[in-house]
Amino acid sequence: MISVTHLSKSFSRLEVLKDISVDFTRPGITAVLGPNGSGKTTLIKCLLGMVIPDQGDIQAFGQPVKGQWTYRSQIGYLPQIARFPDNLRVKELIAMIKDIRGTAADEAPLIEAFGLETYLDKKLGHLSGGTKQKVNLLLALLYDTPVIIMDEPTAGLDPIALIRLKDIIQREKKRGKVILITTHIISLVEEIADEVVFLLEGRIHFRGTPEQLRMQYAGANLEEAIANLLLNENQATAVHPKLTQNHNGIALHKNLKPC
Amino acid sequence: MLKILKYSFFDMMRSRWIYLYFGFFFAFTLSLFLISTDLSKVVVSLMNVILILCPLIATVFGVMYYYNSREFTELLLAQPIARRVIFLGQYIGLALSLSLSLLAGVGIPFVIYGIFQSADIWNFFSLLLNGVFLSFIFSGISFWIALKNDQQKIRGFGLALAVWLFFAVIYDGIFLLLLLSFSDYPLERFALGASMFNPIDLSRITVLLQLDISALMGYTGAVFQQFLGNGTGMLFAFGVLTLWLLLPLWRIGRIAGVKDF
Repeated sequence: MISVTHLSKSFSRLEVLKDISVDFTRPGITAVLGPNGSGKTTLIKCLLGMVIPDQGDIQAFGQPVKGQWTYRSQIGYLPQIARFPDNLRVKELIAMIKDIRGTAADEAPLIEAFGLETYLDKKLGHLSGGTKQKVNLLLALLYDTPVIIMDEPTAGLDPIALIRLKDIIQREKKRGKVILITTHIISLVEEIADEVVFLLEGRIHFRGTPEQLRMQYAGANLEEAIANLLLNENQATAVHPKLTQNHNGIALHKNLKPC
Repeated sequence: MLKILKYSFFDMMRSRWIYLYFGFFFAFTLSLFLISTDLSKVVVSLMNVILILCPLIATVFGVMYYYNSREFTELLLAQPIARRVIFLGQYIGLALSLSLSLLAGVGIPFVIYGIFQSADIWNFFSLLLNGVFLSFIFSGISFWIALKNDQQKIRGFGLALAVWLFFAVIYDGIFLLLLLSFSDYPLERFALGASMFNPIDLSRITVLLQLDISALMGYTGAVFQQFLGNGTGMLFAFGVLTLWLLLPLWRIGRIAGVKDF
């Protein structure tokens, strides 16, 4: 339902995404993995039209997204950081989003699932980080959209909310939705992901099932495989300053050989 | 658009600053009436305050509102709404609430002291109209600057204030200096042209002409009177003010379309 071709984006001189082509069309859960700064959030923001790509083409539901906005009603989006107007109450926020979108939605099951009943009359500025994340999740899942994109959905959640969230994700998956998740929690990936897209320095380094990733990088589990992948990559590309010991203690030698 | 406008308008109406702004104009106008009940004198006294204060407050509110509603904006950006609509809606909501505070704060005392029975009604309206124009123009310019400097609050604030300072003080200084140093040459046309590039000057001139005290401006005043004093001149002046109003609108729309968030 969403396909990306030759997408590039840089912020001033920092190249964040380098010629990425990927599509998210099959129903199921895709985990977008990668170290910090590998471009996960930028990729997601490009899909939603919040970041404008320098090059490349993004299509959602068969239409190019450039300059479009109506397609966003088909995507449930969970931003990485839950930021809301502080002086609004939770109830008012939900009502506002529903009013702005102009379509009806039933928030009651989600309020119950995340135990938000007691917070409905509280101002958003007074909520804890975890509770804000629950409100964030509620807004992302409020509408029945064919695509759900979640940027680090587990951040700050307590165990109960986490279990509820996994249940919801599994349920939505069974209903044939395309679900995109970025996370750093590998156990979550092992548990729910059907597919892994591994981003490294703005490129897609691997795409396949979690099992394939584990096999390819010879790890006893997924965590080890990813560690191996990152270590291999570092040895292959980076020129590291060499640490050596001399009489004066530790000194740093730069590799000064001409390249 | 209307929904965004509604929310940012009510958001502004929740802030106590907007009531302070209203309260200031209300108290100030009332106290002027206590000194003199001559409506046209009050209009003249108010003029200078409105011409300096409206742009300043609009500038400060414009940047402050933009940075304070950053969260709201972020929330809206992920919704199925055009970006242009988000930012223009917020800006218009802001400018409307500012204008409303001005209109109510200045208007209520005038109504109490019987503006509707007075011959000065047109002077009064022209003053208020200019105040509203300046509120829209300067909150637009500062909103535009804040949008441009989305991540750098201090820079945005500083730039917006610098723009106000330039139009309210520095521009006139340079203008006067030029008039003085080239006083041997006929400068009336130049003066007329130069005042078009400063919305505050333009407003001041239209109000002065409306008040029919352009004699205060000396020889140049006569040229202004000749050009702007009649109906077409007035229309022309408001046309230029409208251009000033469209400039930030156009920039906000443009930047909103290409910016990364």
